[in-house]
Amino acid sequence: MKLLSMVEQTLRIAIPYLFAAAGGTLAERSGIVSLALEGYMLAGAFSAVLGGFMTGSAWGAIAGGAFGGLVFAALHALATLRFKANQIVIGVALNLLAIGATRLFLKLVFHSSSNSARVSGFGESASASVATFANPLFFVGLLTTPALAWMMKRTAFGLRVRAAGEHPRAAETLGVDVGRIRLVAVLVSGVLAGLGGAYLAIEQHQFTDEMTAGRGFIALAAVITGSWRPVRAGVACLLFAAAETLQIQLQTLAVLPSQVLSMIPYVVTLIVLTGFVGRSEEPAALGKGA
Amino acid sequence: MRARTSQILTRVAEAVFPPLLALLIAFVVGDVLILAFGKSPAAVYRLLLEGTWRNPYGFGQVLYKATTYAFTGLAFALARRAGLFSIGAEGQLAAGAFGAAVVGLALPVGTPWAPAAGLCLVAAAFAGGSVGATAGALKAVFGEHEVIVTIMVNFIVLAALNWVVATRLHDPETLHTPAIHAGAFPRLSEVWPALHGSAANFTIVLAVVVVGAVAALLSLTKYGYQATAVGLQREAAAAAGISLGWTWFIALTLSGAIAGLGGANFVLGYKGYYEDGMAGGAGFSGIAVAVVGKSPFGVLFVALLFATLSQGGLAIHASMPKQFVEVLQATVIFTMAAVTPGVRAMIAGSRVARRAAAGEAS
Repeated sequence: MKLLSMVEQTLRIAIPYLFAAAGGTLAERSGIVSLALEGYMLAGAFSAVLGGFMTGSAWGAIAGGAFGGLVFAALHALATLRFKANQIVIGVALNLLAIGATRLFLKLVFHSSSNSARVSGFGESASASVATFANPLFFVGLLTTPALAWMMKRTAFGLRVRAAGEHPRAAETLGVDVGRIRLVAVLVSGVLAGLGGAYLAIEQHQFTDEMTAGRGFIALAAVITGSWRPVRAGVACLLFAAAETLQIQLQTLAVLPSQVLSMIPYVVTLIVLTGFVGRSEEPAALGKGA
Repeated sequence: MRARTSQILTRVAEAVFPPLLALLIAFVVGDVLILAFGKSPAAVYRLLLEGTWRNPYGFGQVLYKATTYAFTGLAFALARRAGLFSIGAEGQLAAGAFGAAVVGLALPVGTPWAPAAGLCLVAAAFAGGSVGATAGALKAVFGEHEVIVTIMVNFIVLAALNWVVATRLHDPETLHTPAIHAGAFPRLSEVWPALHGSAANFTIVLAVVVVGAVAALLSLTKYGYQATAVGLQREAAAAAGISLGWTWFIALTLSGAIAGLGGANFVLGYKGYYEDGMAGGAGFSGIAVAVVGKSPFGVLFVALLFATLSQGGLAIHASMPKQFVEVLQATVIFTMAAVTPGVRAMIAGSRVARRAAAGEAS
């Protein structure tokens, strides 16, 4: 029973990572650096609460989350694809913008500098673990990884994304519109990461300042750890989530101070990235512009 | 001679136009936001100016904040020269501040100022430098991407400092260390009494010295040349026999040491102790400062600009939430990055056009 609840907790923690990492894998495979995943998620979390607040429904929250991520991804695409801006600088700027803008609108809409009003979630009256499974995003999140893997491998669009990320000029010669492929990839990654943020907000029934707390960066680390392959990135997400679950369980036992435990996911990331799981090869045209 | 002048003009234009255009766009965005809050942009900007440059206390606060930004901005700019994006200044700034505070605490009361301050500064640079070196080693040895590494190291360092301060080394009922015994920097108000009450202190002199030192390092030394070569074209630099790993390791270590020195502004110059959360985003603002400022001296100017915005955020609080300036700062970085390539292309284009015209005339 204990083990089962730990598995459930791991999956619950993994959902936002899985969403964001799927988005990150897609965008990076198309050649665009996904440093803004954190910003997409935070914007998604806030606009999810806004959507839920305005419609009074958790479905409104899901739509809001997707929209928030989409808006930020559109800014990303505009700057990097249209204006050829430096992708890393834009990523940093969007992350800062997400923090500032969500704080500003938190103040404007909810008159608070720490958290929003409560929004409703799924399966309110049910017990905690039933509520987990009542949230459709839980299953969508789990399905994102295999869906992305299938799409990258089996569809024409997936092939074009890979071509855009590996050899954009060759792809252009074959008649692939690299700019458009990248645009779609970035926008979809925004929607996915936004849904990840929405999942967080719906689970916690509110938005809190900087509530994503670096999850977008962990997701990006999972993408890199997974060598830019959907399934491996998904496994890395589960690994990070398991490390976090372990941390939370250890915290209730109070064997180590909470601050030391909170470092575990980050230390795990650094160790995994040292390459003992095998050196990874990044998409050849990643961050190079068109 | 003509060619040389036009080259300099091009460089000046490339340095000046993108920031101006970026600021212009950012202020338009700012106006729209202010209007969305139902306020008058002119009134808000007037409040912002009155709370900063138009009164001595506000100006002192601007100088204080600009000092920290100058250090974190330089830290980013130095690593950037070697082609690296270091997001690590936030943790390094905190580590440096903590290092200075611990040494200042360990020194006996009554230690003469010069050696005490010197030791505290060495400790700050060493602490920040060690954090930077950790990231540098992971980059150089294992090829880990510095962006991810520095972000992860930030989380780890900030959590570790929080732990040490919360459990081992704090004044009761607070989250800060006891006050240092020696090594505190004098306030600027001692020579400029009007600034009385503001946090402006002599660390700003150190900031200017470090700006000069970094400029000299980059343009006059062998290492500066190597770092620039690696930053511009790493394959070519490697082919010329420059060790990429070593250049990166040194760049990230020095970058960390500079960010660490910035911690002195808070600990030695202002509060006299290390406090949890003292970095407060100044490390990330440094990225913005460096992206807009580009050169070490540019960093100094842009640090003043961002400090004005940050202090101005407090000044406008009566009519706009202070988070407004965070949006403004992010917008400046965003537009700066977005307009730079286009402006460059236009300048290059006009040069080509002029040359073509001159060719036809002759």
